[in-house]
Amino acid sequence: MDAMAEIKQVFFQECEEQLFELEAGLLTIERGDDDPETVNAVFRAVHSIKGGAGAFNLTDLVHFAHVFENTMDLVRVGKLVPTQPLIKLMLRAADILADLVRAARDDETSDPGPREAMAVELKAYTPGAAPAAVEAAKPVKAKVEEEFVFVPTKVDFADLDDLNLMPTLHFRILFQPSAELYAKGNETTILFRELSRLGSMSVTCDSSKLPALDAIEAEGAYFTWSVDLETSEDEEAVKAVFDFVEWDSALTIELIESAPAEEEPFVFQPTMVDADLLNSISDVPLEVPVEAAKPQLALVASKADKAAPSDDHAPADKKEAATATIRVDLERVDRLIDLVGELVINQAMLAERVAELGLARMSAVSIGLDELEQLTREIQDSVMAIRAQPVKSVFQRMPRLVREVALQTGKTVRLVTEGEGTEVDKTVIERLSDPLTHMIRNAIDHGLEKPEVRRAAGKPEEGLLKVAALHRSGRIVIEISDDGAGINRPRVRAIAVEKGLIAPEAKLSDEEIDNLIFLPGFSTAAVISDISGRGVGMDVVKRSIQALGGRISIVSRPGLGSTFTMSLPLTLAVLDGMVVSVAGQTLVIPLTAVVEILLPQATTVHNFGGNSRVMGVRNEFIPLIDVGQVLQYRSEDIDPKMGVALLVEAEGGVRNALLVDAIQGQRQVVIKSLEANYGHVPGIAAATILGDGRVALILDVDAVVVDSRAEFASSLPLAG
Amino acid sequence: MEMIAKETTKPRELISFIIGKQEFCVDIMSVREIRGWSPATPLPHSPAFVRGVINLRGAVLSIVDLASRLGLPSSEPSARHVIIVAQVGSQIAGLLVDAVTGILTVTPETIRPTPDVASEMARSFVKGVLAIDNRMITLITLDHVLPSQELEAA
Amino acid sequence: MSKIVLTVDDSRTMRDMLRMALVAAGYTVVQAEDGVHGLEVLAGSNPDVIITDINMPRMDGFGFIQNVRGGEEKHRALPILVLSTESDDAKKQRARAAGATGWIVKPFDPVKLVDAVRRVAA
Repeated sequence: MDAMAEIKQVFFQECEEQLFELEAGLLTIERGDDDPETVNAVFRAVHSIKGGAGAFNLTDLVHFAHVFENTMDLVRVGKLVPTQPLIKLMLRAADILADLVRAARDDETSDPGPREAMAVELKAYTPGAAPAAVEAAKPVKAKVEEEFVFVPTKVDFADLDDLNLMPTLHFRILFQPSAELYAKGNETTILFRELSRLGSMSVTCDSSKLPALDAIEAEGAYFTWSVDLETSEDEEAVKAVFDFVEWDSALTIELIESAPAEEEPFVFQPTMVDADLLNSISDVPLEVPVEAAKPQLALVASKADKAAPSDDHAPADKKEAATATIRVDLERVDRLIDLVGELVINQAMLAERVAELGLARMSAVSIGLDELEQLTREIQDSVMAIRAQPVKSVFQRMPRLVREVALQTGKTVRLVTEGEGTEVDKTVIERLSDPLTHMIRNAIDHGLEKPEVRRAAGKPEEGLLKVAALHRSGRIVIEISDDGAGINRPRVRAIAVEKGLIAPEAKLSDEEIDNLIFLPGFSTAAVISDISGRGVGMDVVKRSIQALGGRISIVSRPGLGSTFTMSLPLTLAVLDGMVVSVAGQTLVIPLTAVVEILLPQATTVHNFGGNSRVMGVRNEFIPLIDVGQVLQYRSEDIDPKMGVALLVEAEGGVRNALLVDAIQGQRQVVIKSLEANYGHVPGIAAATILGDGRVALILDVDAVVVDSRAEFASSLPLAG
Repeated sequence: MEMIAKETTKPRELISFIIGKQEFCVDIMSVREIRGWSPATPLPHSPAFVRGVINLRGAVLSIVDLASRLGLPSSEPSARHVIIVAQVGSQIAGLLVDAVTGILTVTPETIRPTPDVASEMARSFVKGVLAIDNRMITLITLDHVLPSQELEAA
Repeated sequence: MSKIVLTVDDSRTMRDMLRMALVAAGYTVVQAEDGVHGLEVLAGSNPDVIITDINMPRMDGFGFIQNVRGGEEKHRALPILVLSTESDDAKKQRARAAGATGWIVKPFDPVKLVDAVRRVAA
């Protein structure tokens, strides 16, 4: 990729950030915050997008951003009051701007209809509110149109020939700098150096205005310079040299005569500029050290030397400490993660070997090994942190989604987001977007009531939708809550019965009814509208969350609203596991699923139905699942008293006891895919490599629970 | 077209191995390495010919008992057994065999069509037979050696 | 020694473009993200030329120029070029009043940019 393409990528990334700022700022203003810095930030966002777009010749974007910016400028300078309708309009304009940015990024042409209509609406605010501003804006616009061209000037060779034949012109320049000129960092020396690039020249100085020595002010200006210049350039080129200083000097440029073209117009005659003279010139602004001017002579000597101001092409690195980030290929990071994974495994193997030696706990080797373990874990955490990103990138797409769905459903919604700085692995973020989008649609479409219904229920017309991210016990938790009507339990139940998902006479708790919406086959045409629809039900959401090693649950209170809670691992590369033995095999059970370790007694385990067993835990009977049987490691029940039961919590808070033979310990394990070289194995989430170098399987607790629940249910009379 | 032309003229290299009393061979291009047997971790709900998974320098790969896969009587693997690590499509698998006998360089005309005693096994795996020094060596393809998605879901 | 240019702009895109053009012309580039940051970087570096944007958070370009002009003796007479999308005289005047040496109109042509820097660099 060439440098320009890379910058363009940066530009689009930055655009996304600016669009987020823009939207967040507008929403802040909408809430009545009138901090001028917010307005400035909003203006700056559009302004920056326009600036960058100009550089890449993205005309549609430049035009629209310009119109948007003009209206916003009026708000910024206080000529336009940001009323609610205006803010709403600007939010929609922000969406259109976002579309334009994305269309430009993907190299697509977007339908000009919406943006033209929006431009008209935006412009409607400019003339009425402040006619003067519109007038002022016009020339700027014209300027923009002619200036965003960022193409090299075409040069015809014929023109070049003409150039060579250009007659030499002789100018006399009288130049009297004011003190201001020096104060702004300009310098006569440099101006003359520039002039000398145009041709050959001679300079004389009139110092008659120089006061007596004791009256000289350090920053005063007392000289008038007279320059005779022979050049093939025109008067414009000469004037351009003085472009920056015309207000701070008295300047006359006079054409004296045309010299014949044969006089080698491009040859510069250095003798005409006296080196001592140039040095003395630089003495004039007294605070400028003479040394600073000296190297210039080399440059003055040649007009042809247009390339670099210096021959020094040393890498421009030592002064760049200001940049605090570097961009790294994701592949390199992933390679590093793999290697650290190997390190973890090797460290574990080493620890096992050492343990076999039966060394004393405090021996030097043991202590060194403990330190190594500590270090390994720290390295692993640090490496994982490289891949971590704030969820902001997903959250920032939500306001627009909410606006659109609200518009489609005729509901008024206020979105509140929290914890957008919460960090999680990049892959998790990428795969979070779809389920989150669906859940937000669902919350607005099914959760929140229409304004009139809310009013009747004594609630504010505006519904509240809250999306919050937080870290909780080594996982990221995302909560989507609304203050809507809550789950309509009789209706959900009726649908589930109708779909044959539950028996009509089934006794279900409120919680169980709420969780019916996650069942495959629940969401069908009868319940989905075109908003939540799109052929996706909550079962798909649930599956995609589970595929990430996550869980989803719902808590609903009738009339008050619902809260969906997703809990996901922070990374897909490692997990904390409990290592257990089952029928001679070693298995890893994700620690996050384990609530409690129980020792089954003859008195606490009961047979139930056909071949199911339950375990009494504090006045509650919990299904006991023999992991060995579920995984077909054995066909006979083992005596529960010989094993250990792990109380696990699957999604929806469903509790089960998993019967295993023994617990070996707890350990952080590196997750290895089984799919890469084999395929999906039912009841197994992934594999890992233990300290002895052997592969151990990681149990998919949710799948095992769901599986045996189905069997369990079939052994009960109620679901037939 | 070009591929076929090449195949019919260029000599091929094959790795030959023994299962039970029979000799087989596969194209050397698909073989990554050969290693000794190490205990595999059994996979639940997998076909009988899948012995489990092993750790090959950090990668988890499945071990296919080729005898069982080809419908031959199989025996419990021991330290004397050999695993041929091979590329199967986009995946890598370990093939459990009794012993590797060598590398054969053959020209295409040495390979004879499959005898017409076609069993199910022959139809999906056998690509032809070679007669070398009174030995009959069966050339097999590894394309279907791993369980298909349907099988695995069952 | 290659000459050092301090660029002050809140837009990463602009900073990157400035850097690309200037580095290609042989300059060393030091970057800052807004006026306040610009003053901090200035204190620790010794640029030959400063290029600054106008619209920036924390401290805008005008404020930044005023602070440079009224600050440390060695930086007071530094050439400062203003980057601006506005090309009208009013904006130029305001930049000049604040003490700017010259200006560059955005979007800039890399050749013109390098030209402008050379025209003010001591």
